[in-house]
Amino acid sequence: MTAKIEPIVGRYVHVEIEGESNRIYFEENGAGIPLVCLHTAGSDGRQWRHFLADEEFAKDFRIISFDMPWHGKSNPPASWNGEEYRLTTTLYTQTIRAFCKALSLEKPVVMGCSIGGRIVLNLAIEHAREFRALIGLEAADFQAPWYDTDWLNRPDVHGGEVCAALVSGLIAPQSPQSARSETLWCYKQGGPGVFKGDLYFYRVDGDLRGRIEGIDTTACPLYLLTGEYDFSCTPDDTRRTAAAIKGASVTIMEQLGHFPMSENPERFRRYIAPVLREILGQTSFDKQGVHV
Amino acid sequence: MTSPSNVSDAAVAGAFAEIPALLDRAPELIVRGRALDCECLLGPMSKPFHVSIRQGRIIDLTPAPVLMRSWRFSYRASPLAWVEYWQALPRPGWHDLLALTKRGEAVLEGDLHPFMSHLQYFKDLLALPRQRVSAVLS
Repeated sequence: MTAKIEPIVGRYVHVEIEGESNRIYFEENGAGIPLVCLHTAGSDGRQWRHFLADEEFAKDFRIISFDMPWHGKSNPPASWNGEEYRLTTTLYTQTIRAFCKALSLEKPVVMGCSIGGRIVLNLAIEHAREFRALIGLEAADFQAPWYDTDWLNRPDVHGGEVCAALVSGLIAPQSPQSARSETLWCYKQGGPGVFKGDLYFYRVDGDLRGRIEGIDTTACPLYLLTGEYDFSCTPDDTRRTAAAIKGASVTIMEQLGHFPMSENPERFRRYIAPVLREILGQTSFDKQGVHV
Repeated sequence: MTSPSNVSDAAVAGAFAEIPALLDRAPELIVRGRALDCECLLGPMSKPFHVSIRQGRIIDLTPAPVLMRSWRFSYRASPLAWVEYWQALPRPGWHDLLALTKRGEAVLEGDLHPFMSHLQYFKDLLALPRQRVSAVLS
């Protein structure tokens, strides 16, 4: 056989969230410290495919990405009757913890981007001791809105086109065209109202101002990395957030925007590799197998 | 060397005047706008242009004001913002139409439906002078 087959494996796990079983699609590669990756609003776990396939990282980490319910290959819950989808801080937090519990992950690292970066802060506030380290990409306790989310789901505007067009400006101009197109393709494929529903968490329910000061980075290290071209969560938003958290590490990534892992995987690698090395150095860990 | 900060308003207006011809040489962009018929006001904050778009093509671009001419939406930015937006590699925060509105360098007004339903079209349309302006500035 000569065809190139990637080492990433995809499976479904049934996870109970808010009393209901959800069929969650996840992909993984590698062995070692569990590292759970959270996608951005309105997209899905494909954003992490380059990171998952990284041979060096996979030697020491069991890298896992999952599609949130309503996203990618994870359907809405079976009880859904057509009501508007809205992600809340509580639901998002429960989903991540339930997923980690379902896979029996022992003190995983969680790395999230955008809304995933915001919820990482909430994990640090409420559940720090459950995690080995937390990494927030494009993360801040709050950022100023720059458009009306009602445009994301209305019958007279193509949802996929407008979602992709809105976020296209968050990608750095230096990012390769193919990676830019792939990043936007996930937005063009999102279900109606899902991006908007995710942003309910981001814009309304998940304002963490006044709460992050209580984060204890001695209980769980916290790393914040933001792309210089992200005008949604700006470098200043992240610096302000980091300044309020004693011991938080902050890095501004040059020539990257809001989707570092998918818009320019090679460049992102330069920034995330030292973070993973540091996490690896902080722990003595026996490699664990797949607990499914 | 000319820098973004000392490019004249006339140079920005001149770049705008060339957009219809640049669009004619971008068939993929015309296809993207094939369902768009719109009267809009685009350009520098104080000296914008009335732009008439039919099936994705600009059929008229005239300096404002024109007596009693209507428009559905307006996107106007400072001359500095246009020149920054037209850099080959724009600086962070100057690289997107909505980044410019967020930083207060541009204003979006009126009935936004044509703009939002064709958002990528307008981002790409208004980026057309990028190659030319970059060459002038280099």
